[in-house]
Amino acid sequence: MLQLDEIQMRLLREVADLHEIPEGAYNIRSNSEAAGRQSTANIEIIPKTDVSGIDIRIKPGTKNESVHIPVVMTKSGLKEVVYNDFYIGEDADVVIVAGCGIDNCGGDDSEHDGIHRFYLEKNAKVRYVEKHYGSGNGKGKRILNPGTEVYMAEGSSMEMEMVQIKGVDDTDRRTIAELAANAKLVVRERLMTHGSQRALSTYDIRLNGEGSSADVVSRSVARDDSYQRFDAKIIGNTACTGHTECDSIIMDRGKILAVPGLEANHVDASLVHEAAIGKIAGDQIIKLMTLGLTEQEAEEQIINGFLK
Amino acid sequence: MLELKNISYNAKDDLNKEIIRDISLVVPDEKLVVITGPNGGGKSTLAKLIAGIEMPTSGKIFLNGEDITGWDITTRARAGIGFSFQQPVRFKGIQVLDLIRLAAGKQLSVASACDYLSEVGLCAREYIDREVNSSLSGGELKRIEIATVLARATKLSVFDEPEAGIDLWSFQNLIQVFQRMRENIKGSSILIISHQERIMNIADEIIVIKDGKLDRQGTREEILPGLIGTASAMPSCMKSM
Repeated sequence: MLQLDEIQMRLLREVADLHEIPEGAYNIRSNSEAAGRQSTANIEIIPKTDVSGIDIRIKPGTKNESVHIPVVMTKSGLKEVVYNDFYIGEDADVVIVAGCGIDNCGGDDSEHDGIHRFYLEKNAKVRYVEKHYGSGNGKGKRILNPGTEVYMAEGSSMEMEMVQIKGVDDTDRRTIAELAANAKLVVRERLMTHGSQRALSTYDIRLNGEGSSADVVSRSVARDDSYQRFDAKIIGNTACTGHTECDSIIMDRGKILAVPGLEANHVDASLVHEAAIGKIAGDQIIKLMTLGLTEQEAEEQIINGFLK
Repeated sequence: MLELKNISYNAKDDLNKEIIRDISLVVPDEKLVVITGPNGGGKSTLAKLIAGIEMPTSGKIFLNGEDITGWDITTRARAGIGFSFQQPVRFKGIQVLDLIRLAAGKQLSVASACDYLSEVGLCAREYIDREVNSSLSGGELKRIEIATVLARATKLSVFDEPEAGIDLWSFQNLIQVFQRMRENIKGSSILIISHQERIMNIADEIIVIKDGKLDRQGTREEILPGLIGTASAMPSCMKSM
Protein backbone atom coordinates (compact mmCIF):
# COMPACT_ATOMS: atom_id res chain seq x y z
CA MET A 1 0.00 0.00 0.00
CA LEU A 2 1.23 3.47 -0.85
CA GLN A 3 2.10 5.76 1.99
CA LEU A 4 -0.74 8.21 2.71
CA ASP A 5 -0.02 11.57 4.29
CA GLU A 6 -1.84 13.12 7.22
CA ILE A 7 -4.39 15.00 5.07
CA GLN A 8 -5.19 11.88 3.06
CA MET A 9 -5.67 9.88 6.26
CA ARG A 10 -7.98 12.59 7.61
CA LEU A 11 -10.08 12.46 4.43
CA LEU A 12 -10.26 8.67 4.72
CA ARG A 13 -11.55 8.99 8.26
CA GLU A 14 -14.18 11.52 7.15
CA VAL A 15 -15.55 9.58 4.21
CA ALA A 16 -15.16 5.96 5.27
CA ASP A 17 -14.52 6.01 9.03
CA LEU A 18 -11.22 4.34 8.22
CA HIS A 19 -8.48 4.66 10.79
CA GLU A 20 -6.39 1.87 9.38
CA ILE A 21 -6.48 -0.61 6.52
CA PRO A 22 -9.99 -2.09 6.51
CA GLU A 23 -10.78 -5.74 6.92
CA GLY A 24 -12.09 -7.54 3.88
CA ALA A 25 -11.89 -6.30 0.32
CA TYR A 26 -10.83 -2.74 -0.38
CA ASN A 27 -9.58 -0.39 -3.04
CA ILE A 28 -8.19 2.95 -1.93
CA ARG A 29 -7.73 5.52 -4.66
CA SER A 30 -5.58 8.53 -3.95
CA ASN A 31 -4.88 11.32 -6.43
CA SER A 32 -5.94 9.12 -9.35
CA GLU A 33 -3.69 6.21 -8.35
CA ALA A 34 -4.36 2.98 -6.54
CA ALA A 35 -3.03 3.42 -3.01
CA GLY A 36 -4.00 -0.09 -1.95
CA ARG A 37 -6.13 -2.97 -3.12
CA GLN A 38 -7.17 -6.28 -1.69
CA SER A 39 -9.52 -8.96 -2.94
CA THR A 40 -10.86 -11.77 -0.79
CA ALA A 41 -11.97 -15.31 -1.55
CA ASN A 42 -15.49 -14.09 -2.26
CA ILE A 43 -14.96 -10.53 -3.42
CA GLU A 44 -12.72 -9.86 -6.36
CA ILE A 45 -11.59 -6.38 -7.36
CA ILE A 46 -10.33 -6.10 -10.93
CA PRO A 47 -9.00 -2.89 -12.49
CA LYS A 48 -10.66 -1.90 -15.74
CA THR A 49 -8.50 -1.74 -18.83
CA ASP A 50 -10.56 0.47 -21.13
CA VAL A 51 -11.46 3.26 -18.72
CA SER A 52 -10.43 4.35 -15.23
CA GLY A 53 -12.13 2.30 -12.54
CA ILE A 54 -12.67 -1.18 -11.16
CA ASP A 55 -15.02 -4.13 -11.39
CA ILE A 56 -16.11 -5.58 -8.06
CA ARG A 57 -17.39 -9.13 -8.34
CA ILE A 58 -19.12 -10.58 -5.32
CA LYS A 59 -19.74 -14.33 -5.40
CA PRO A 60 -23.26 -15.71 -4.90
CA GLY A 61 -24.03 -16.48 -1.28
CA THR A 62 -21.33 -14.21 0.16
CA LYS A 63 -22.52 -13.19 3.62
CA ASN A 64 -21.42 -10.59 6.16
CA GLU A 65 -18.53 -9.26 4.13
CA SER A 66 -17.68 -5.69 3.27
CA VAL A 67 -16.00 -3.73 0.49
CA HIS A 68 -14.41 -0.33 1.06
CA ILE A 69 -13.62 1.78 -1.99
CA PRO A 70 -12.83 5.30 -0.74
CA VAL A 71 -11.31 8.01 -2.91
CA VAL A 72 -9.18 10.89 -1.66
CA MET A 73 -7.86 13.82 -3.64
CA THR A 74 -5.38 16.37 -2.33
CA LYS A 75 -3.83 17.69 -5.53
CA SER A 76 -5.42 20.89 -6.77
CA GLY A 77 -6.62 20.82 -10.36
CA LEU A 78 -7.19 17.06 -10.66
CA LYS A 79 -10.21 16.02 -12.71
CA GLU A 80 -11.24 12.43 -13.13
CA VAL A 81 -14.14 10.26 -14.18
CA VAL A 82 -14.09 6.80 -12.60
CA TYR A 83 -16.31 3.86 -13.45
CA ASN A 84 -16.89 1.30 -10.73
CA ASP A 85 -19.15 -1.65 -11.52
CA PHE A 86 -20.47 -3.91 -8.79
CA TYR A 87 -21.76 -7.39 -9.61
CA ILE A 88 -23.51 -8.82 -6.57
CA GLY A 89 -24.25 -12.53 -6.82
CA GLU A 90 -27.46 -14.33 -5.90
CA ASP A 91 -28.27 -14.39 -2.17
CA ALA A 92 -25.18 -12.37 -1.26
CA ASP A 93 -25.50 -10.01 1.70
CA VAL A 94 -22.78 -7.37 1.82
CA VAL A 95 -21.88 -3.86 2.94
CA ILE A 96 -20.26 -1.50 0.44
CA VAL A 97 -18.63 1.68 1.72
CA ALA A 98 -17.70 4.26 -0.89
CA GLY A 99 -17.08 7.96 -0.44
CA CYS A 100 -14.87 10.71 -1.69
CA GLY A 101 -12.95 13.37 0.15
CA ILE A 102 -11.32 16.31 -1.62
CA ASP A 103 -8.87 18.65 0.05
CA ASN A 104 -8.15 21.54 -2.26
CA CYS A 105 -5.73 24.17 -1.08
CA GLY A 106 -4.89 25.39 -4.56
CA GLY A 107 -6.45 27.73 -7.06
CA ASP A 108 -7.66 25.14 -9.56
CA ASP A 109 -10.87 23.16 -9.37
CA SER A 110 -10.66 19.51 -8.27
CA GLU A 111 -13.33 17.21 -9.58
CA HIS A 112 -14.20 13.55 -9.06
CA ASP A 113 -17.06 12.05 -11.00
CA GLY A 114 -17.68 8.56 -9.71
CA ILE A 115 -20.03 6.47 -11.82
CA HIS A 116 -21.19 3.48 -9.79
CA ARG A 117 -23.24 0.74 -11.40
CA PHE A 118 -24.78 -1.96 -9.27
CA TYR A 119 -26.10 -5.22 -10.69
CA LEU A 120 -27.93 -7.14 -7.98
CA GLU A 121 -28.77 -10.75 -8.74
CA LYS A 122 -31.81 -12.55 -7.37
CA ASN A 123 -32.31 -12.02 -3.60
CA ALA A 124 -28.99 -10.20 -3.21
CA LYS A 125 -28.86 -7.70 -0.39
CA VAL A 126 -26.65 -4.62 -0.24
CA ARG A 127 -26.15 -1.87 2.24
CA TYR A 128 -24.33 0.99 0.53
CA VAL A 129 -22.83 3.95 2.39
CA GLU A 130 -21.43 6.92 0.51
CA LYS A 131 -20.04 10.02 2.18
CA HIS A 132 -18.76 13.10 0.44
CA TYR A 133 -16.57 15.65 2.11
CA GLY A 134 -14.50 18.64 1.13
CA SER A 135 -11.87 20.68 2.93
CA GLY A 136 -9.01 23.07 2.21
CA ASN A 137 -9.00 26.83 1.86
CA GLY A 138 -7.90 27.20 -1.76
CA LYS A 139 -9.96 29.14 -4.25
CA GLY A 140 -10.29 26.09 -6.46
CA LYS A 141 -13.65 24.39 -6.17
CA ARG A 142 -14.25 20.90 -4.84
CA ILE A 143 -16.62 19.25 -7.25
CA LEU A 144 -18.26 15.82 -6.96
CA ASN A 145 -20.69 14.51 -9.53
CA PRO A 146 -21.73 11.00 -8.54
CA GLY A 147 -23.74 8.93 -10.94
CA THR A 148 -25.38 5.85 -9.47
CA GLU A 149 -27.20 3.19 -11.42
CA VAL A 150 -28.91 0.31 -9.67
CA TYR A 151 -30.31 -2.71 -11.50
CA MET A 152 -32.18 -4.97 -9.16
CA ALA A 153 -33.28 -8.54 -9.94
CA GLU A 154 -36.22 -10.28 -8.34
CA GLY A 155 -36.31 -10.19 -4.54
CA SER A 156 -33.11 -8.17 -4.18
CA SER A 157 -32.84 -5.29 -1.76
CA MET A 158 -30.60 -2.27 -1.45
CA GLU A 159 -30.32 0.33 1.26
CA MET A 160 -28.37 3.42 0.28
CA GLU A 161 -27.15 6.02 2.73
CA MET A 162 -25.74 9.07 1.00
CA VAL A 163 -24.27 11.86 3.05
CA GLN A 164 -22.74 15.18 2.09
CA ILE A 165 -22.41 17.47 5.06
CA LYS A 166 -19.49 19.76 4.46
CA GLY A 167 -17.15 21.40 2.04
CA VAL A 168 -18.33 20.24 -1.39
CA ASP A 169 -18.77 23.31 -3.60
CA ASP A 170 -20.67 21.80 -6.45
CA THR A 171 -22.42 18.50 -6.82
CA ASP A 172 -24.73 17.05 -9.41
CA ARG A 173 -25.93 13.69 -8.18
CA ARG A 174 -27.89 11.47 -10.50
CA THR A 175 -29.37 8.20 -9.35
CA ILE A 176 -31.34 5.82 -11.51
CA ALA A 177 -32.78 2.48 -10.49
CA GLU A 178 -34.76 -0.30 -12.12
CA LEU A 179 -36.51 -2.81 -9.93
CA ALA A 180 -37.81 -6.27 -10.82
CA ALA A 181 -40.50 -8.16 -8.88
CA ASN A 182 -40.38 -7.81 -5.09
CA ALA A 183 -37.15 -5.82 -5.20
CA LYS A 184 -36.83 -3.18 -2.51
CA LEU A 185 -34.86 0.06 -2.63
CA VAL A 186 -34.44 2.36 0.37
CA VAL A 187 -32.53 5.64 0.02
CA ARG A 188 -31.63 7.97 2.84
CA GLU A 189 -29.95 11.14 1.70
CA ARG A 190 -28.56 13.79 4.04
CA LEU A 191 -27.25 16.99 2.68
CA MET A 192 -26.00 20.29 4.01
CA THR A 193 -24.81 23.13 1.83
CA HIS A 194 -23.22 26.38 2.94
CA GLY A 195 -21.39 29.35 1.46
CA SER A 196 -22.26 29.60 -2.21
CA GLN A 197 -22.42 25.83 -2.75
CA ARG A 198 -24.78 24.21 -5.18
CA ALA A 199 -26.18 20.71 -4.91
CA LEU A 200 -28.50 18.99 -7.34
CA SER A 201 -29.92 15.57 -6.64
CA THR A 202 -31.97 13.78 -9.25
CA TYR A 203 -33.64 10.40 -8.95
CA ASP A 204 -35.30 8.36 -11.64
CA ILE A 205 -36.64 5.14 -10.19
CA ARG A 206 -38.60 2.65 -12.24
CA LEU A 207 -40.70 0.08 -10.45
CA ASN A 208 -41.08 -2.53 -13.18
CA GLY A 209 -41.73 -5.73 -11.23
CA GLU A 210 -44.84 -6.62 -9.29
CA GLY A 211 -44.45 -6.03 -5.56
CA SER A 212 -41.39 -3.83 -5.94
CA SER A 213 -40.99 -0.85 -3.66
CA ALA A 214 -38.89 2.29 -3.34
CA ASP A 215 -38.60 4.69 -0.42
CA VAL A 216 -36.47 7.79 -0.98
CA VAL A 217 -36.10 10.25 1.89
CA SER A 218 -33.92 13.34 1.68
CA ARG A 219 -33.22 15.58 4.63
CA SER A 220 -31.31 18.71 3.84
CA VAL A 221 -30.19 22.05 5.19
CA ALA A 222 -29.33 25.01 2.95
CA ARG A 223 -27.36 27.76 4.69
CA ASP A 224 -25.79 31.06 3.63
CA ASP A 225 -26.24 31.61 -0.13
CA SER A 226 -26.34 27.96 -1.14
CA TYR A 227 -28.75 26.35 -3.58
CA GLN A 228 -30.28 22.87 -3.62
CA ARG A 229 -32.54 21.08 -6.02
CA PHE A 230 -34.15 17.78 -5.12
CA ASP A 231 -35.79 16.18 -8.10
CA ALA A 232 -37.18 12.76 -7.30
CA LYS A 233 -39.19 10.85 -9.83
CA ILE A 234 -40.72 7.45 -9.25
CA ILE A 235 -42.39 5.61 -12.06
CA GLY A 236 -44.76 2.79 -11.18
CA ASN A 237 -45.26 0.42 -14.09
CA THR A 238 -46.99 -2.35 -12.17
CA ALA A 239 -48.52 -3.15 -8.76
CA CYS A 240 -45.89 -1.47 -6.58
CA THR A 241 -45.37 1.08 -3.83
CA GLY A 242 -43.23 4.20 -4.03
CA HIS A 243 -42.58 7.01 -1.58
CA THR A 244 -40.38 10.06 -1.83
CA GLU A 245 -39.91 12.68 0.82
CA CYS A 246 -37.97 15.91 0.86
CA ASP A 247 -37.70 17.56 4.23
CA SER A 248 -35.59 20.69 4.29
CA ILE A 249 -34.48 23.45 6.58
CA ILE A 250 -33.70 26.72 4.90
CA MET A 251 -31.49 29.35 6.53
CA ASP A 252 -29.99 32.75 5.74
CA ARG A 253 -30.37 33.36 2.00
CA GLY A 254 -30.41 29.71 0.96
CA LYS A 255 -32.69 28.48 -1.80
CA ILE A 256 -34.28 25.07 -2.21
CA LEU A 257 -36.31 23.68 -5.06
CA ALA A 258 -38.17 20.41 -4.49
CA VAL A 259 -39.63 18.82 -7.60
CA PRO A 260 -42.13 16.07 -6.93
CA GLY A 261 -42.43 13.55 -9.71
CA LEU A 262 -44.75 10.57 -9.64
CA GLU A 263 -45.84 8.63 -12.67
CA ALA A 264 -48.30 5.78 -12.28
CA ASN A 265 -48.77 3.59 -15.33
CA HIS A 266 -50.73 0.85 -13.59
CA VAL A 267 -53.92 0.97 -11.56
CA ASP A 268 -52.27 -0.83 -8.62
CA ALA A 269 -49.26 1.47 -8.45
CA SER A 270 -49.39 3.33 -5.14
CA LEU A 271 -47.11 6.36 -5.11
CA VAL A 272 -46.70 9.09 -2.50
CA HIS A 273 -44.63 12.24 -2.45
CA GLU A 274 -44.10 14.54 0.51
CA ALA A 275 -42.12 17.76 0.60
CA ALA A 276 -41.66 20.31 3.34
CA ILE A 277 -39.31 23.29 3.32
CA GLY A 278 -39.12 25.81 6.13
CA LYS A 279 -36.88 27.64 8.52
CA ILE A 280 -36.13 26.35 12.01
CA ALA A 281 -39.22 26.88 14.15
CA GLY A 282 -38.76 29.71 16.64
CA ASP A 283 -40.25 27.69 19.48
CA GLN A 284 -37.61 24.96 18.95
CA ILE A 285 -34.85 27.52 19.46
CA ILE A 286 -36.63 29.00 22.50
CA LYS A 287 -37.05 25.55 24.08
CA LEU A 288 -33.34 24.77 23.79
CA MET A 289 -32.45 28.26 25.07
CA THR A 290 -34.51 27.55 28.19
CA LEU A 291 -32.19 24.57 28.68
CA GLY A 292 -29.23 26.98 28.75
CA LEU A 293 -28.07 26.86 25.12
CA THR A 294 -27.31 30.04 23.20
CA GLU A 295 -29.33 30.75 20.08
CA GLN A 296 -26.44 29.57 17.90
CA GLU A 297 -25.91 26.40 19.94
CA ALA A 298 -29.64 25.71 19.73
CA GLU A 299 -29.56 26.02 15.93
CA GLU A 300 -26.59 23.66 15.70
CA GLN A 301 -28.31 21.06 17.87
CA ILE A 302 -31.50 21.27 15.82
CA ILE A 303 -29.57 20.85 12.57
CA ASN A 304 -27.40 18.04 13.96
CA GLY A 305 -30.50 16.17 15.07
CA PHE A 306 -32.25 16.80 11.78
CA LEU A 307 -29.32 15.42 9.78
CA LYS A 308 -28.48 12.57 12.15
CA MET B 1 -35.97 33.74 45.65
CA LEU B 2 -37.75 35.25 42.68
CA GLU B 3 -39.25 38.69 42.97
CA LEU B 4 -41.42 40.57 40.48
CA LYS B 5 -41.77 44.30 41.08
CA ASN B 6 -44.50 46.27 39.32
CA ILE B 7 -44.40 44.15 36.17
CA SER B 8 -46.56 45.27 33.25
CA TYR B 9 -46.72 43.83 29.75
CA ASN B 10 -48.55 45.14 26.72
CA ALA B 11 -49.54 42.98 23.74
CA LYS B 12 -47.08 43.13 20.84
CA ASP B 13 -49.78 43.48 18.20
CA ASP B 14 -51.81 46.01 20.18
CA LEU B 15 -49.62 48.13 22.42
CA ASN B 16 -52.67 49.64 24.10
CA LYS B 17 -53.77 46.24 25.33
CA GLU B 18 -52.38 45.50 28.77
CA ILE B 19 -51.95 41.76 29.36
CA ILE B 20 -50.18 42.12 32.70
CA ARG B 21 -50.87 45.12 34.90
CA ASP B 22 -48.49 46.16 37.65
CA ILE B 23 -47.96 42.76 39.24
CA SER B 24 -45.62 42.39 42.20
CA LEU B 25 -45.06 39.01 43.80
CA VAL B 26 -42.48 36.83 45.50
CA VAL B 27 -41.65 33.14 45.10
CA PRO B 28 -39.75 32.43 48.33
CA ASP B 29 -36.97 29.85 48.63
CA GLU B 30 -37.99 26.29 49.36
CA LYS B 31 -41.67 26.95 48.64
CA LEU B 32 -44.05 25.56 46.07
CA VAL B 33 -46.16 28.41 44.73
CA VAL B 34 -49.16 27.94 42.46
CA ILE B 35 -50.43 30.74 40.24
CA THR B 36 -54.06 30.25 39.27
CA GLY B 37 -56.94 32.26 37.85
CA PRO B 38 -59.36 32.32 34.95
CA ASN B 39 -58.24 31.55 31.39
CA GLY B 40 -56.96 34.58 29.51
CA GLY B 41 -55.98 36.29 32.76
CA GLY B 42 -52.28 36.52 31.87
CA LYS B 43 -50.84 33.55 33.80
CA SER B 44 -48.88 32.02 30.90
CA THR B 45 -47.59 35.44 29.90
CA LEU B 46 -46.32 35.89 33.43
CA ALA B 47 -44.47 32.55 33.21
CA LYS B 48 -42.90 33.61 29.90
CA LEU B 49 -41.83 36.93 31.41
CA ILE B 50 -40.06 35.02 34.19
CA ALA B 51 -38.24 32.75 31.71
CA GLY B 52 -37.27 35.70 29.49
CA ILE B 53 -39.33 34.52 26.51
CA GLU B 54 -41.21 37.81 26.72
CA MET B 55 -39.82 41.08 28.06
CA PRO B 56 -41.90 43.32 30.35
CA THR B 57 -43.02 46.76 29.22
CA SER B 58 -42.15 48.05 32.67
CA GLY B 59 -41.15 46.75 36.10
CA LYS B 60 -38.24 44.68 37.38
CA ILE B 61 -37.51 41.00 37.96
CA PHE B 62 -35.00 39.88 40.59
CA LEU B 63 -33.50 36.43 41.09
CA ASN B 64 -31.82 36.03 44.47
CA GLY B 65 -31.57 39.80 44.72
CA GLU B 66 -30.01 40.28 41.29
CA ASP B 67 -31.82 42.33 38.66
CA ILE B 68 -32.37 39.93 35.71
CA THR B 69 -34.92 42.08 33.84
CA GLY B 70 -32.65 42.64 30.85
CA TRP B 71 -31.28 39.09 30.70
CA ASP B 72 -32.11 36.89 27.75
CA ILE B 73 -33.55 33.34 27.94
CA THR B 74 -30.14 31.62 27.91
CA THR B 75 -28.65 33.78 30.66
CA ARG B 76 -31.68 33.25 32.87
CA ALA B 77 -31.60 29.50 32.22
CA ARG B 78 -27.93 29.39 33.17
CA ALA B 79 -28.66 31.47 36.27
CA GLY B 80 -31.01 28.72 37.43
CA ILE B 81 -34.47 29.16 35.92
CA GLY B 82 -36.07 26.01 34.49
CA PHE B 83 -39.15 26.24 32.31
CA SER B 84 -41.69 23.64 31.26
CA PHE B 85 -43.80 24.64 28.26
CA GLN B 86 -47.56 24.33 28.25
CA GLN B 87 -47.32 22.99 24.70
CA PRO B 88 -44.06 21.06 24.38
CA VAL B 89 -42.02 21.52 21.22
CA ARG B 90 -41.34 18.69 18.75
CA PHE B 91 -37.97 18.11 17.09
CA LYS B 92 -37.26 15.95 14.06
CA GLY B 93 -34.24 13.74 14.64
CA ILE B 94 -33.52 14.77 18.24
CA GLN B 95 -33.98 11.77 20.50
CA VAL B 96 -35.38 11.81 24.02
CA LEU B 97 -31.91 10.91 25.30
CA ASP B 98 -30.37 13.89 23.45
CA LEU B 99 -32.91 16.28 24.93
CA ILE B 100 -32.40 15.03 28.48
CA ARG B 101 -28.62 15.28 28.05
CA LEU B 102 -28.94 18.84 26.74
CA ALA B 103 -31.14 19.66 29.73
CA ALA B 104 -28.67 18.15 32.18
CA GLY B 105 -25.84 20.02 30.46
CA LYS B 106 -23.61 16.96 30.51
CA GLN B 107 -23.16 13.52 28.94
CA LEU B 108 -25.48 11.71 31.32
CA SER B 109 -25.29 7.94 31.24
CA VAL B 110 -28.27 6.25 29.60
CA ALA B 111 -29.20 4.82 33.01
CA SER B 112 -29.28 8.26 34.63
CA ALA B 113 -31.35 9.68 31.76
CA CYS B 114 -33.75 6.76 32.14
CA ASP B 115 -34.20 7.63 35.80
CA TYR B 116 -35.75 10.97 34.81
CA LEU B 117 -38.16 9.24 32.44
CA SER B 118 -39.16 6.71 35.08
CA GLU B 119 -39.68 9.63 37.44
CA VAL B 120 -42.42 11.01 35.16
CA GLY B 121 -44.00 7.60 34.68
CA LEU B 122 -42.63 6.63 31.28
CA CYS B 123 -41.17 3.21 30.66
CA ALA B 124 -37.66 4.46 30.04
CA ARG B 125 -36.52 1.63 27.78
CA GLU B 126 -39.36 2.31 25.35
CA TYR B 127 -38.75 6.03 25.11
CA ILE B 128 -35.06 6.79 25.49
CA ASP B 129 -34.28 6.24 21.78
CA ARG B 130 -37.50 7.71 20.42
CA GLU B 131 -37.39 10.92 18.46
CA VAL B 132 -39.11 13.90 20.06
CA ASN B 133 -41.35 14.21 17.01
CA SER B 134 -44.99 13.89 16.08
CA SER B 135 -44.96 10.13 16.70
CA LEU B 136 -45.30 10.93 20.42
CA SER B 137 -48.69 11.75 21.89
CA GLY B 138 -49.39 15.01 23.66
CA GLY B 139 -49.29 13.29 27.06
CA GLU B 140 -45.99 11.54 26.30
CA LEU B 141 -44.43 14.80 25.13
CA LYS B 142 -45.65 16.57 28.22
CA ARG B 143 -44.03 14.04 30.51
CA ILE B 144 -40.77 14.23 28.56
CA GLU B 145 -40.96 18.02 28.87
CA ILE B 146 -41.28 17.71 32.63
CA ALA B 147 -38.40 15.20 32.68
CA THR B 148 -36.17 17.80 30.99
CA VAL B 149 -36.94 20.27 33.78
CA LEU B 150 -36.18 17.61 36.41
CA ALA B 151 -32.87 16.87 34.64
CA ARG B 152 -31.90 20.52 34.80
CA ALA B 153 -32.26 20.52 38.61
CA THR B 154 -32.51 24.32 38.67
CA LYS B 155 -32.99 26.63 41.64
CA LEU B 156 -36.36 27.76 40.30
CA SER B 157 -38.55 25.48 38.20
CA VAL B 158 -41.49 27.07 36.39
CA PHE B 159 -44.25 24.80 35.03
CA ASP B 160 -46.84 26.33 32.71
CA GLU B 161 -50.05 24.31 33.10
CA PRO B 162 -48.43 20.89 33.44
CA GLU B 163 -51.88 19.29 33.40
CA ALA B 164 -52.77 20.65 29.93
CA GLY B 165 -53.01 17.94 27.28
CA ILE B 166 -52.49 15.13 29.75
CA ASP B 167 -54.99 12.35 30.45
CA LEU B 168 -56.44 11.57 33.86
CA TRP B 169 -54.28 8.51 34.33
CA SER B 170 -51.12 10.49 33.66
CA PHE B 171 -52.38 13.29 35.86
CA GLN B 172 -52.35 11.01 38.95
CA ASN B 173 -48.74 10.29 38.21
CA LEU B 174 -47.96 13.95 37.70
CA ILE B 175 -49.25 14.86 41.14
CA GLN B 176 -46.81 12.34 42.58
CA VAL B 177 -43.97 13.93 40.60
CA PHE B 178 -44.74 17.32 42.11
CA GLN B 179 -45.20 15.80 45.57
CA ARG B 180 -41.72 14.28 45.33
CA MET B 181 -40.32 17.59 44.10
CA ARG B 182 -41.97 19.30 47.07
CA GLU B 183 -40.40 16.78 49.47
CA ASN B 184 -36.95 17.39 47.98
CA ILE B 185 -37.33 21.15 47.59
CA LYS B 186 -34.32 22.00 49.76
CA GLY B 187 -32.23 24.65 48.02
CA SER B 188 -34.82 25.31 45.30
CA SER B 189 -38.31 26.61 44.67
CA ILE B 190 -41.17 25.67 42.35
CA LEU B 191 -43.71 27.82 40.53
CA ILE B 192 -46.65 26.06 38.87
CA ILE B 193 -49.30 27.68 36.72
CA SER B 194 -52.36 25.50 37.23
CA HIS B 195 -56.12 25.27 37.55
CA GLN B 196 -56.00 21.94 39.33
CA GLU B 197 -57.21 21.67 42.87
CA ARG B 198 -54.97 18.67 43.50
CA ILE B 199 -51.90 20.67 42.54
CA MET B 200 -53.02 23.57 44.74
CA ASN B 201 -53.46 21.05 47.55
CA ILE B 202 -49.70 20.57 47.68
CA ALA B 203 -48.88 24.29 47.37
CA ASP B 204 -47.36 26.36 50.16
CA GLU B 205 -48.71 29.55 48.64
CA ILE B 206 -51.34 30.41 46.06
CA ILE B 207 -51.50 33.52 43.88
CA VAL B 208 -54.65 34.38 41.93
CA ILE B 209 -54.23 36.39 38.71
CA LYS B 210 -57.33 37.88 37.12
CA ASP B 211 -57.62 40.28 34.19
CA GLY B 212 -53.86 40.72 34.20
CA LYS B 213 -53.80 41.84 37.81
CA LEU B 214 -52.89 40.22 41.09
CA ASP B 215 -56.21 39.34 42.68
CA ARG B 216 -55.20 37.51 45.85
CA GLN B 217 -52.03 36.08 47.37
CA GLY B 218 -51.53 34.02 50.49
CA THR B 219 -50.95 30.61 52.02
CA ARG B 220 -52.88 27.61 50.72
CA GLU B 221 -55.02 27.64 53.83
CA GLU B 222 -55.95 31.27 53.25
CA ILE B 223 -56.67 31.13 49.54
CA LEU B 224 -57.78 27.65 48.52
CA PRO B 225 -61.15 27.46 50.38
CA GLY B 226 -62.35 30.54 48.48
CA LEU B 227 -61.42 28.99 45.14
CA ILE B 228 -63.01 25.54 45.41
CA GLY B 229 -65.66 25.08 42.77
CA THR B 230 -64.59 28.10 40.74
CA ALA B 231 -62.85 27.95 37.37
CA SER B 232 -59.56 28.60 39.17
CA ALA B 233 -59.64 25.31 41.07
CA MET B 234 -61.15 22.48 39.11
CA PRO B 235 -61.23 18.94 40.42
CA SER B 236 -59.44 16.86 37.80
CA CYS B 237 -62.60 14.97 36.77
CA MET B 238 -64.41 18.21 35.86
CA LYS B 239 -61.44 19.57 33.96
CA SER B 240 -61.39 16.52 31.75
CA MET B 241 -65.02 16.87 30.72
